[in-house]
Amino acid sequence: MRRFLTQHASAFGDAVRKLFASPLGTILSLIVIGTALALPAASGIILDNLRDLAGGAPKAQQISLFMASSADRRAFDEIELRLRMAHVGNWRFVPRDEALERLKAIEGVPEILASLPKNPLPDAFIVEPEDVRPEMVENLAKTFSSWPEVEHVQLDSEWVRRLDVFLRIGRLMILMLASLFGGALIIVTFNTIRLQILAQADEIEIARLIGATNAFVRRPFQYFGFLQGLLGGLFAAALILLGAGLLSSTLDELVALYGGRWAPHGLDFALVGRLTGIGALLGWLGAQLSVAVHLKKGA
Amino acid sequence: MIRARALSKRYPQGIDAIKEVSFDIGTGEMVFITGRSGAGKTTLFRLLAAIERPTTGSIIVNGQNLAALRKSAIPFLRRSFGLVFQDQKLLFDRNAIDNVLLPMKIVGLPANEALRRARAALDKVGLLNREKANLLTLSGGEQQRLAIARAVVNRPSILLADEPTTNLDADSAAGILEIFRAFHQVGVTLIVATHDPQWVSRLSPRILRLDHGRILGSDG
Ligand SMILES: Nc1ncnc2c1ncn2[C@@H]1O[C@H](COP(=O)(O)OP(=O)(O)O)[C@@H](O)[C@H]1O
Ligand SMILES: [Mg+2]
Repeated sequence: MRRFLTQHASAFGDAVRKLFASPLGTILSLIVIGTALALPAASGIILDNLRDLAGGAPKAQQISLFMASSADRRAFDEIELRLRMAHVGNWRFVPRDEALERLKAIEGVPEILASLPKNPLPDAFIVEPEDVRPEMVENLAKTFSSWPEVEHVQLDSEWVRRLDVFLRIGRLMILMLASLFGGALIIVTFNTIRLQILAQADEIEIARLIGATNAFVRRPFQYFGFLQGLLGGLFAAALILLGAGLLSSTLDELVALYGGRWAPHGLDFALVGRLTGIGALLGWLGAQLSVAVHLKKGA
Repeated sequence: MIRARALSKRYPQGIDAIKEVSFDIGTGEMVFITGRSGAGKTTLFRLLAAIERPTTGSIIVNGQNLAALRKSAIPFLRRSFGLVFQDQKLLFDRNAIDNVLLPMKIVGLPANEALRRARAALDKVGLLNREKANLLTLSGGEQQRLAIARAVVNRPSILLADEPTTNLDADSAAGILEIFRAFHQVGVTLIVATHDPQWVSRLSPRILRLDHGRILGSDG
């Protein structure tokens, strides 16, 4: 056990020494790895916050059921009954006269209305569904339109649905970007370690000849990949936090213009943890691959 | 302790370097393997250290048949030997003591204990005052002694040396032989391959004479 720990400590020490042995190379690698991790992570954070800025919208989602002009009291009762049975959420009845009154409150409209011979508005039910997932709202609207004396069903916030699709496309693109850059990170580590193995061919051969196991030979490289990825992750987190800091005052103004408040989330300790974790994992993976390809198994 | 039976090695190119060789070496023996250049001494050294596998026959070291040894067991077998290679295989980008520390790093000895043992080993070969020396500043004899220090630092029961006195002047060679005598006296089994045995006689070792891959005779 003691020896096991000593071996790991010494491999770890070797890895740290390698990081410092060629500072320029290490810095270049960290920039590449940091950028590769920061770009997709930053895009993800921006997307998440965009969705939240649009966040109030889904709750305001409404479905309007416009009744046929032939509908009478009995038809309204029927719809009310069905709405009550369906447990869809909040709803209220807006008689055509009430709708007209509200319309009149808007400037310039009374003049237009005055020229009309009679109230052109239909009676309506306004439903605020409990479940605001776009596909559920869509389904509800479809159901409503099949009910008797319902002439037209209108989704008041289709733009939310469009935004949702847009966000999903965005997320997919970020996922592709992340895979691409994750691959780049693995390749960078793979190549760095290939060069190290070449440079240390003598030492590796000699160590094997006098009793080094495969694990002993591989361990420093694995630690190196792990450490370099971890530092790259830290660098990425620093880049993102710095960028957010620089942008925040400008964004404050912009968001204030739309009556919102800039309270970004995703810029926290969990981000640092995630980036270092992913960096370390991918670095270790690159090292593992490089070692498997470039280090022949002993004797 | 070491038992070879009908041991043969044919290299892929078709050269039969060792042919049907049988011998026994007991614990604490001092054995010199002699023969002209090309006789098969280095091949025998490499078979003993499991660097090469026998083509046919068997070679048993401490109860393990090297012909059938699992790959994963080879590093641990090698640790029971102290190996002094014909070309020494020292690391010239490290100083003297770092070279001696390598075997202990491999087995995971704690740093302070390793340093203590490395100094003791350097002391035994008379290099304690050169522990920080760049290897390029060491003479041929000093490099050879450093190679021996690295071989013995983990206190192996068998010391295997390939041409340890070749290219050394008479004084240096005598110094190396004195070191071997000292290890022999504390019970280490010594196996030394050399093409130049005439001045070895004063150690009065047992001699295995190799010629074209066969043992011609064994005396001593
Ligand atoms: N790796 C090798 N591949 C092919 N032939 C070899 C190899 N090593 C040695 N030989 C051949 O095997 C024979 C014995 O060589 P070696 O064991 O080095 O002899 P010695 O050490 O006694 O000089 C020689 O003919 C040599 O050319
Ligand atoms: Mg030889």
